[in-house]
Amino acid sequence: MINDSISMFWTFSIFIALLFVCGFYCLLVTRNFIRALIGLEILTKAVTLLVIIAGYTSNRLALAQSMAIMIIVVEAIVVATAAGIVFGVFKKIGSLNIAKLRNLKG
Amino acid sequence: MTLILTLLIALVASALWAILTRSLLMSAIGLAIVSIILTALLFVLDAPLAAVFELSVCAGLITVIFVSTISLTKPVTRDELKQQTKNRIKRYWYLPVIVVALFILLGYNIVAPAPKFFGPYAELDVKNVIWKLRQTDMLGQIILILTGVFGVVVLFKEGFNNDK
Repeated sequence: MINDSISMFWTFSIFIALLFVCGFYCLLVTRNFIRALIGLEILTKAVTLLVIIAGYTSNRLALAQSMAIMIIVVEAIVVATAAGIVFGVFKKIGSLNIAKLRNLKG
Repeated sequence: MTLILTLLIALVASALWAILTRSLLMSAIGLAIVSIILTALLFVLDAPLAAVFELSVCAGLITVIFVSTISLTKPVTRDELKQQTKNRIKRYWYLPVIVVALFILLGYNIVAPAPKFFGPYAELDVKNVIWKLRQTDMLGQIILILTGVFGVVVLFKEGFNNDK
């Protein structure tokens, strides 16, 4: 039982690492605001899965669930506020390209 | 275990599709699919409350936010897209190296030692954990939600002032 859950944790951690790399790749490569947000979302999903599998493996699932709910709420707030910022920036500069955001450049 | 492996492979595949597809709308839909597969995984891992939250908030609300933001803004033209994606494979050739290094580190148990199994434990119910053990978290969540609401209101208010 214990060995099973530990081996399950390692299986999950490999895929979580892959998901993390997907999110980082998206954040590094893209110059589009919305796609950067999607990369951020994928990173957050990897963290949610990691918290739940850690709780499952260590037999503290209720605690892990409450933390996962917290993460999901934070995720939703970040996306809602960032979408508002994206919309505001689009109204200002007329583009979603991050490279064109040079107004604050010293 | 086969079901879990299939779901995990589908999760990574849909995440890859979400970040590599050219259409932004397809990316948003790919993200919703990632959320749905994650929900299924959470159900399999005996975390139904987190799964329901994930399904309603991430697959529902966030997808709606993304789709409405995409429809409110101008789509990226094909030329801009070509310019943006022209050099990405050349610039980030080292990403597979990072993946391999990460796997080696994971293999040597350096990055994240596996959590200890605490054995049989009369664990509190999720409701008890949320409302009794982690009450401060609930306060934090309420403050976060208010922050988000006020942030969006201020942003849109500024936009309306500029229109005048």
